[in-house]
Amino acid sequence: MANQGPAYYSPYPTAVYEGIITPPEGKALLLTKVVDEETAMREVARVMLTSENATIFPGPQVLYGYNEEAKKKAKLIKEMSEVLNAKMIPMYDYRPKYPKIDAEVEINPNHPNLTIWHNNIKAAIFIGVHCHYANVALKIVRCETDCYTIAMCGLSGHEDAMATLRDMHSHELEKFIKIAREVKSELKL
Amino acid sequence: MGTHIYKINPEFRDIMPKEIIDLEENATWSDTTDKRGIKELPETKELLEEHSLCAGCPEAAALRYVLAALPKPEDTVIVNSTGCTSLMFPHIALHTVHSLFGNQNAVATGIKRVLDWRFPDIEKDVVVLAGDGATVDIGLDYTLQSFFRQENITTICFDNEVYANTGGQESGATPKGQVFKMAPTGKKFEKVKMWELAVTSGCHYSMNMTASAPKAVAKAVREAIFVARYLGPTFLNIYTPCILEIGLNANEGLREMKEQDKERFAAFKFVSPEAEELLAKLKEEGRL
Repeated sequence: MANQGPAYYSPYPTAVYEGIITPPEGKALLLTKVVDEETAMREVARVMLTSENATIFPGPQVLYGYNEEAKKKAKLIKEMSEVLNAKMIPMYDYRPKYPKIDAEVEINPNHPNLTIWHNNIKAAIFIGVHCHYANVALKIVRCETDCYTIAMCGLSGHEDAMATLRDMHSHELEKFIKIAREVKSELKL
Repeated sequence: MGTHIYKINPEFRDIMPKEIIDLEENATWSDTTDKRGIKELPETKELLEEHSLCAGCPEAAALRYVLAALPKPEDTVIVNSTGCTSLMFPHIALHTVHSLFGNQNAVATGIKRVLDWRFPDIEKDVVVLAGDGATVDIGLDYTLQSFFRQENITTICFDNEVYANTGGQESGATPKGQVFKMAPTGKKFEKVKMWELAVTSGCHYSMNMTASAPKAVAKAVREAIFVARYLGPTFLNIYTPCILEIGLNANEGLREMKEQDKERFAAFKFVSPEAEELLAKLKEEGRL
């Protein structure tokens, strides 16, 4: 059973109540520390490459090809999953699903812990998920699982993720893939 | 809005569930067919995924007919209210808004006005879908006020003549004398003839019917949406009995509706002269 949050409002002790806030422009967040973007990218790549059942959760903003940037990002995410040897499970729908989701093939922001528990995921990247649902999902995952969550956000990031890379557009994704390749060869994987 | 924005990126096709791929490949949208309708139900992907209503529930069938008849589903917003239908809305591949109980016509008004302002060049339909408790009882004020204001929305009432979802309380649409679990002495007043109130309140198109004939439901939905789009408010009262509350088995809903076709839900249809003219024109253009 989750603890009551400090304000006794949220059932979870959210990061913001522990003084953790999103990183400023050009920086990234690693657990409680604001660090350089490249440092965070290296650490994220290392965690994804060395954790059990590392998974990428692509959201609707990249699953559907509604503009050129989304199409470009889709290609890069596919490439990223190959570099990181990560599985992909889509978060294609935000509505709660009845009677229950198929945790093997999908993740839902209202009960993301089910997918993480079922697949024993120890590290996960959330990308292309709309802000408010990413916030909900990351809070639940943070409290209910031991999964290392990584938010790759197109805007200002998510403090409830273990690692936040902000302003992640296709150019930054290309940079991350390059770094991930380097880390992979350093780790001799 | 075209359906192209829903196209799944090829990189993710292999990880998307079948029902989502099916929506892209086998569902009908306004740009994939000239005229959607219930004839397509057996062959195409329905916009309603599996639902969690009772076996044999006529409401589930009626909703399938309504969804199959929407002329432009990708540009339609459905506003609903608390009730058994709420259990189906999470399974619909359309924009749906769940409003506070009874507020659905007020919420739909706001949505329709903003859509018209935001997308002046695109025809957007707003359809209210609620039960008789929300439409004729607690939400009666909001329903009628939207008719008075001549809002361009279609209101569909799934009339099961009871608050079924909460255990069987009487509503404004319950017939006189009807006994329910939470109305043990029987209703003291007559059923409100909402379809007549709708006419008095300014609806251009008003119908009372049962969901026993799928084609008739689909035709009424299509006509009502077109009239609401171009003229003003429209109203459909569709009998979808709660088989549990009136003590019927799963296979008896259709018979109950057919029987009521001749009684409380005997066909009533009002079409204003302007609406008649519009429907004739649309028929000529092949849109009906």
